[in-house]
Amino acid sequence: MSEPISALNHASYDGIAKVEECGLQGMITLRGDLSDKVLAKAVKDATGQKVPGQREAFIDGDTGVCWMSTDELLVLVPYAEVEAKLATMNNALSGIHALAVNVSDARAVFRVSGASAREVLGKLAPVDLSKEAFQPGQIRRSRLAQVAGAFWMDDTETFRVVCFRSTADYVFNLLKVAAQPGSEVGFY
Amino acid sequence: MLILNCPYCGVDAEESELAAGGEAHLKRFGPGSSDEDFHDYLFMRENPKGVHLERWRHANGCGKWFHAARCTQTLEVFGTYSAQVFEPPKKIKDAITAKRPGWTWRDFS
Repeated sequence: MSEPISALNHASYDGIAKVEECGLQGMITLRGDLSDKVLAKAVKDATGQKVPGQREAFIDGDTGVCWMSTDELLVLVPYAEVEAKLATMNNALSGIHALAVNVSDARAVFRVSGASAREVLGKLAPVDLSKEAFQPGQIRRSRLAQVAGAFWMDDTETFRVVCFRSTADYVFNLLKVAAQPGSEVGFY
Repeated sequence: MLILNCPYCGVDAEESELAAGGEAHLKRFGPGSSDEDFHDYLFMRENPKGVHLERWRHANGCGKWFHAARCTQTLEVFGTYSAQVFEPPKKIKDAITAKRPGWTWRDFS
């Protein structure tokens, strides 16, 4: 069996913020009626979290759940457990109108950390990243320059950024340029 | 820069996150309709100077379609509302009336 590796295999860069590719992350896209009790229980069993409300993200390390839209959640689980968790979830959801799919290998995940992390993301996404507007516990789907991306904060100085695996190299280059030494804007 | 509030994810999304979807509330005339109705459905669009109702999609975001009421002359936005309706809700109509008394758009006013 070949060994799975992530898109950029833990590449990293140090500038005004530290940019790292996080490696493999188990991800399940779950679509369905978010008010359904069966769905809520499946999420709870897989992640230990309740169903998030609008733009909320409940994440602890590599396990958690994010609100993606009114009928879509992104379930994060450790990469090694994704098939088992997905099987359990599909079993639990068999009686209701819902869909769960393993998308782990279709995505890349980055961590942007440091005092200027807000600045780095703020250069790439048309999003208000001030401390009042964006905090840990929230997720924002937007664009990073020309490609789709989503991000949330693990703590007040750390972002995790998710993009498609096919755009991983582009996004890493974007983050590197945005984090160049001496490029602080001083806005946030 | 046009900024619309997405009624699904609550984000004040700027234009570069959105995709324009053309005129709102089109009624489809399909198989069995007259040639004239089908022609009008395909080709005839409003091109107002003033109040306009449009479809937008939060493409770089939650991915949902929604409706927006805005003014093509001043770019003022009167409001956004769900895609699952056949006409603007009363709240939106009232908001337009407050700013543009006597407005009409197709059959709505």
